[in-house]
Amino acid sequence: MTALVIAEHDNNELKVSTQNTISAALKIEDDIHILVAGLNCNSVAEEAATCEGVSKILYVDSSEYENFLAENMSSLIKNISTDYSSILAPSTTNGKNYMPRVAALMDVSQVSDIISVESEDTFQRPIYAGSCIATVKSSDSVKVITVRTTAFDASPKGTGSAEILKLEEVNDAGLSQFIKDELAKSDRPELTAAEIVISGGRGMQNGDNFSLLEGIADKLGAAIGASRAAVDSGFVPNDYQVGQTGKIVAPDLYIAVGISGAIQHLAGMKDSKVIVAINKDEDAPIFQVADYGLVADLFTALPEMESKI
Amino acid sequence: MKILVPIKRVVDYNVKVRPKADESGVDLNNVKMAINPFCEIAVEEAVRLKEAGSATEIIAVTVGATNTQEQLRTALALGADRAILVETDIEVEPLGISKVLKAIVEKESPDLIIMGKQAIDGDNNQTGQMLAALMGYPQATFASELKISDNKAEVIREVDGGLQTISINLPAVVTSDLRLNEPRYASLPNIMKAKQKQLDVINSGDLGVDLNPRISTVKVSPPPEREAGIIVESVDQLVEKLKNEAKVIS
Repeated sequence: MTALVIAEHDNNELKVSTQNTISAALKIEDDIHILVAGLNCNSVAEEAATCEGVSKILYVDSSEYENFLAENMSSLIKNISTDYSSILAPSTTNGKNYMPRVAALMDVSQVSDIISVESEDTFQRPIYAGSCIATVKSSDSVKVITVRTTAFDASPKGTGSAEILKLEEVNDAGLSQFIKDELAKSDRPELTAAEIVISGGRGMQNGDNFSLLEGIADKLGAAIGASRAAVDSGFVPNDYQVGQTGKIVAPDLYIAVGISGAIQHLAGMKDSKVIVAINKDEDAPIFQVADYGLVADLFTALPEMESKI
Repeated sequence: MKILVPIKRVVDYNVKVRPKADESGVDLNNVKMAINPFCEIAVEEAVRLKEAGSATEIIAVTVGATNTQEQLRTALALGADRAILVETDIEVEPLGISKVLKAIVEKESPDLIIMGKQAIDGDNNQTGQMLAALMGYPQATFASELKISDNKAEVIREVDGGLQTISINLPAVVTSDLRLNEPRYASLPNIMKAKQKQLDVINSGDLGVDLNPRISTVKVSPPPEREAGIIVESVDQLVEKLKNEAKVIS
């Protein structure tokens, strides 16, 4: 049978989260089609066509899909869903926004945020902020699934040659209008795709002190993240947040600075390969998950670290 | 404007839950229960809209066993005007919950539905979107700011890259993110007053809604444990370990 993967992209390029989702889909079905819906996104369709394991790209280019509004995306996906036994999207804010809507329109339950595929109908997913792992079995004839991207390697790209089928599907529900995006501009790697992440918490004391992390991030090519406490305090914007309800990251190296380690934060980073914690409170729970802990004042440790790496 | 706020009873966010020894489910014996934090934010937003004169009535609703009345009373103490419990003893999936909520929406005809973006037990993040789909309403998920005017809502949403602003026609479903507001504490007089407020109980069977589960839990197991690490004595030692032992920096 065939799985449909909904591409995550920005109308210019395919996001790697799509490739993580293809990996998950290939564990369920042998054949994969990808939906690329957007505006002026021909380059994305061509890029998707080079993904390995993919036989067809459904390409829809129309203004209603430019900003991936849930009402329009869900009608489109439902309309083309008939030939598929599984429909998957990455657990990005886009996927989380429209996939449950797709599931409800199709009268099926959604399996959110899977971290492993046990069989074609059985999956593992974290619950209670990752304190437990549930193995769940879906009895629906079509599986609607969102994928935790950190749990699946990105499937290779560049060698495939899928057919591109252009569809003329117009679905303007007329219920919602996009007004604007205020997206952070940064030369650093994306938080969810970075090999190294350095995050600050309440211990940073203010936003200006995040410059202490920036020096290290620049030297290591790292992305910068934050705990909920730091975001709620206004030190940094919301897109920095790592945790249960923020971004889930699993880099090779995660450096937590001035972060106590509430379970809600650990839920977003504890699958990192190597965890470093720098905190002056030796009883901070973050040390229980850290491979290397340094009990120190971050205001002396960070400048020293920057000079020594 | 009438606002419906669906809420959920969950394990308190400070409790560290564990699987049962036989892995048949989560061990919920004697754990502290509370209103889901995102639902509390949704109630607060509705109350603020009423205080600002935009809303006239706030109805809290939940689906669950008799003891979920505790969380409805919490919502009433925070400022909801009345509450509805759709009673059932089975654990209902988001799809089933959204079907129940659809029946309540059809009965109450609210102009706006505000609810939490996800519950911190199942972490599904589905019910609001599903309800919007079943009603054919627009949705604004992960809201960090909500403004109502001229039968529309302008909503700032927290998205992966930053913030997105959209405008949606009412009636609509808005789901709250963490920074939509900071909920108040219920005062003692308001807790007392809440006990007198109207709380209707409806038997889920009377709604004629299909609540049969589509997803079964095979087992619930603990996550893989991380091996204990070490405490290093100095920045020098940390950098040395990262270079030569973990080999994650060069």
